[in-house]
Parts: sequence; structure tokens; C-alpha cells
Amino acid sequence: MSLDTISLSGRKKEVSNKKMSFLESLYIVAIAKGLVITIKHLFRRKVTIKYPEQKREFSPVYRGQHMLKRDELGRENCTACGMCAVACPAEAITMTAAERKKGEENLYREEKYASVYEINMLRCIFCGLCEEACPKDAIYLTESKVIVKSASNREDFIYGKDKLVMPLEMAIKNSKSIN
Amino acid sequence: MDSAIIIEKGIFITVIFAITMLMAMYSTWAERKVAAWLQDRVGPNRAGPLGLFQPLADGLKLFSKEEFMPDTPNKFLFILGPAISMSMALITSAVIPWGDTLEIAGSTVVLQATDIDVALLYVFAVLSTSVYGIMIGGWASNNKYSLMSALRASSQMISYEVAMGLSIIALIMMSGTLSLREMAAQQHGMNWNIFYQPVGFLIFLVCSFAETNRTPFDLAECEAELIGGHHTEYSSMKMGFYLFGEYAAMFISSAILSILYFGAYNYPGMDWMAENAGANIANILGIVVLFVKICFFIFFYMWIRWTIPRFRYDQLMNLGWKMLIPLAIANIVLTGIIIIIADKL
Ligand code: SF4
Ligand code: SF4
Repeated sequence: MSLDTISLSGRKKEVSNKKMSFLESLYIVAIAKGLVITIKHLFRRKVTIKYPEQKREFSPVYRGQHMLKRDELGRENCTACGMCAVACPAEAITMTAAERKKGEENLYREEKYASVYEINMLRCIFCGLCEEACPKDAIYLTESKVIVKSASNREDFIYGKDKLVMPLEMAIKNSKSIN
Repeated sequence: MDSAIIIEKGIFITVIFAITMLMAMYSTWAERKVAAWLQDRVGPNRAGPLGLFQPLADGLKLFSKEEFMPDTPNKFLFILGPAISMSMALITSAVIPWGDTLEIAGSTVVLQATDIDVALLYVFAVLSTSVYGIMIGGWASNNKYSLMSALRASSQMISYEVAMGLSIIALIMMSGTLSLREMAAQQHGMNWNIFYQPVGFLIFLVCSFAETNRTPFDLAECEAELIGGHHTEYSSMKMGFYLFGEYAAMFISSAILSILYFGAYNYPGMDWMAENAGANIANILGIVVLFVKICFFIFFYMWIRWTIPRFRYDQLMNLGWKMLIPLAIANIVLTGIIIIIADKL
């Protein structure tokens, strides 16, 4: 095999600039071939997923909206240590710490908790470093299985605890499945 | 009696006008759907079921856009351009026979706005006038790209008009009439002209693509070179008229294609239907058949559009002058010889 005819992909085609015959220069044959190709596509199954109605399955390692987890007793894990905020390359996380009062032991696992915990979803790049940094297993991007929704207002992208903390029902379900 | 005819024709013309508009509207929707399907996509599906309200949304959008007038000394011509484009596309439908006759309340209704003997010439005259819409609009835009696109469009039209006229001559030699109604009647049964004039049909088809400015001959709107082409400077509904005119022209030219070569409203078994189900039913079915044919051609236009790229300008001219015209002339000669031989036999 000479060097010119080698084709690694097996799809190499020689380009020829030979003069077209009269029939060829009418392009009829070529066009008919093209039409056959396109009409085949007309009957092909469309791969589009019509998003809001149809949702695609998430992969187990998909990183979506964060979730602040509760433990099996339904208490928030986060202790407002700020490790996640430090680890965050996009500086998307801010929080205010507060001390746990008497009688709140069923709400927060540690003595210190985050009274305000906000993530700016416009800044977040969903890298998952906060999840890795957290010593308390408190923040996860793979649990919520929710994509951050679009909005027309910048303020709407600052997600507070109301959106981030794991819903109680989910915690109850988790604790049931453990017991 | 006279006023009855005027009323009858008036109603008929209004209906045809409405249908043409509707077809043009839904051609824009169909174009997107076909484009999407051919490219393995879904296409518009948000506005209404299957995206069927998309044309309404588009129309609303165009109407509510700002009316922009470029700084041009030809304000009148600037408005005249889209007006010509639109009206020329619409008035062609006057001579098209949409069906045979219907018996309504004892009187015979001819399903054609007017049956003139030179219908075919009329169609050609009007179709070739529509290039003035593009030319005037491009000229009045005071934009060099628009002007260039107008020049391209007009030279393309003139080139393809020749081949188109020649291809139709062979057909006229065969049928011996210029009236579309008579031509339609001659193709009764399966006597369609396509079987006698395949080459003529091919030439005519190619030229129709050029005349309606559709891909692969849409050099007037070549985005890569000419921004938006002749309607670069147009906005709002003036722009909409150009686009609408294009689709209306597509509809009309599909109608002409099916009437000239594909047997118009005739379908096999028409006589049987007329005998067994009555002439009216048979003829209404004929109208439906004609519309099916038209829809097929509209689909074909779109199919072609999403299959082949635009021609280069020199290829376009070569194809027109060096290929189609000689072919058309050869077709005429051949047809003439065959007619003479057939007469002798
Ligand atoms: S995912 Fe990355 S960017 Fe987003 S909050 Fe966590 S650390 Fe910051
Ligand atoms: S989420 Fe984890 S890392 Fe972040 S403040 Fe809470 S406990 Fe600390």
C-alpha cells in the first residue's frame, strides 16, 4: 500500500476534479441521492427529550442543586464551620452561625448551627468541592436530583435554607428505611 | 343574473384568498417542522398542540415589532416593494382551476375565479412581475447588500424565465391550449402530462425553484454574503410581507405544477365516483386531491431546501443557460417530431 492511499479511518476518499459529464452537471442524480438520505431521517426516531414534561434520568454522580442533609433523627447536620465556603472556588456560599438553644436538640445535631445559609446559584459552578470539604456530611449535590431552575431575577438565584435543607418527609423516609 | 355572478365570484375569490393566506401561514409552520424532522429534531411544539399556533405567534410578533424606515430617498418605493411581492403572489390564484364544476341549488358553479384563454401566459406574466418586488425593495433600501441581492434575484429570474418558458412550449404544443381549465380537462383519468413530458417537467420544476427564490436558488437571501438579502432593511410587517409572499408564491407554484403536469384535480377512478356517488362528491374529492398534490409539492420544496446547499452564483448561471435551455430546446424539437409522427400514424 502506498502512502497516498493509506487511510487510518477507512473513510478516506480521493478528491477528483475531473470534468463533470452533462448528466452529472445537471446534478439530478446527486440530488436524488441526497433526497433519499434526508427522507430517511424523516422517519427516524427523534432523540429529543421534551424537558419540562419529560425528565431525563440523573446519573448517580450527577451534581445538581445542593441539599443540606438531615441525619436519621431528622436533625440538620451542618455545624456552620464554614469549610465549604472556604473550599468554594466561586465564593458562592455565605452563612451566619448561631448557637443551639436548649430544646432545639431535635432540630440541630451540633451545638452550633447555621441560622442563615445561602448559596448563590449564579456563582456556583457545581464543582462539588463544598461536598468534599464538609466534615459533617452535611452538604451534597447528588441527593436533591433537582436542577437549579432558571429565573429572570438575580435575587431569585440566592437560595436560602428554605430551598436547601432536606425536606422533612425525605428525612422521615430515610430514617424509616434505616430502621 | 349579473349580480349573482359577481356575488358568486366575490365569495369564491374571498375563499381562495383566505385559503392562500392560510396555506402560506401554515407553510411557515410546516417548513420548520419538516426542517426539524429531516434533521432529527422535533421542531416547534410549544405554541399549541404540535406547535400549531406558531404562525399566529409569529404574526403577532411581526405586527408588534418596531416599524423601521431606513434613511432613504425612496420611501414610497420602500413600501411598494413588499406590497408588489405580496400582491403578485396572490393574484396568480385568479386563473387556477381549483376543481371541476359544482351543482349548487340548481346552478353550476365553476371552481375558478376566471377562465381566460391565456391563463398560462397570465401566470407567467404575474410570476415574472414578482421579481420587481425584490428589485424595488432592494433598490429603495439604500443598502449595497440589498441592492446586490436585488441584482442577483433579477438576473436569476430572467435567466430561468427563458428555460421555464421553453419547457412549457413543449407542453403547449402537446395540449394545444393556454387555458389551464382545458389543460386540466385534457388530463382526465391517468392521462397526466408528466408521463408525456418528463424532461419538460424536470426543467419546469427546477425553474420554479428559481422563480420562487427557494433553495438551492435563494441567492437573493444568501445570508453568508448578503446579510439578509433584499429584506435586510425591512422590519415589522413589511418584512413579514416578503416572507409571506415567498410562501404564497410557493403555494401557487405548487398549484401550477400539479395542474400542468400532475393532472390537476383529476384522479384515477373519478368517472366511477361520478357515476356511483354523484358528480358533486366526485368533484369535491377532486378539490381535495388537488390540495393533496399541492401539499406534496410544498413538502417537496421543503425537502429540497433541507437537502441541498445553495448553488454558487456561476453554477446557477451555468445551469440555467448552458444546461436547462439546451435541454428545453431539445425537448421542444423531440416533442415536435413525436407529434408529427403520431399524427402520421
Ligand atoms: S459546588 Fe463548588 S462552586 Fe458550588 S457552592 Fe459548592 S464549592 Fe462552591
Ligand atoms: S455544610 Fe459542612 S462544611 Fe459547610 S458549614 Fe455546614 S458543616 Fe461546615
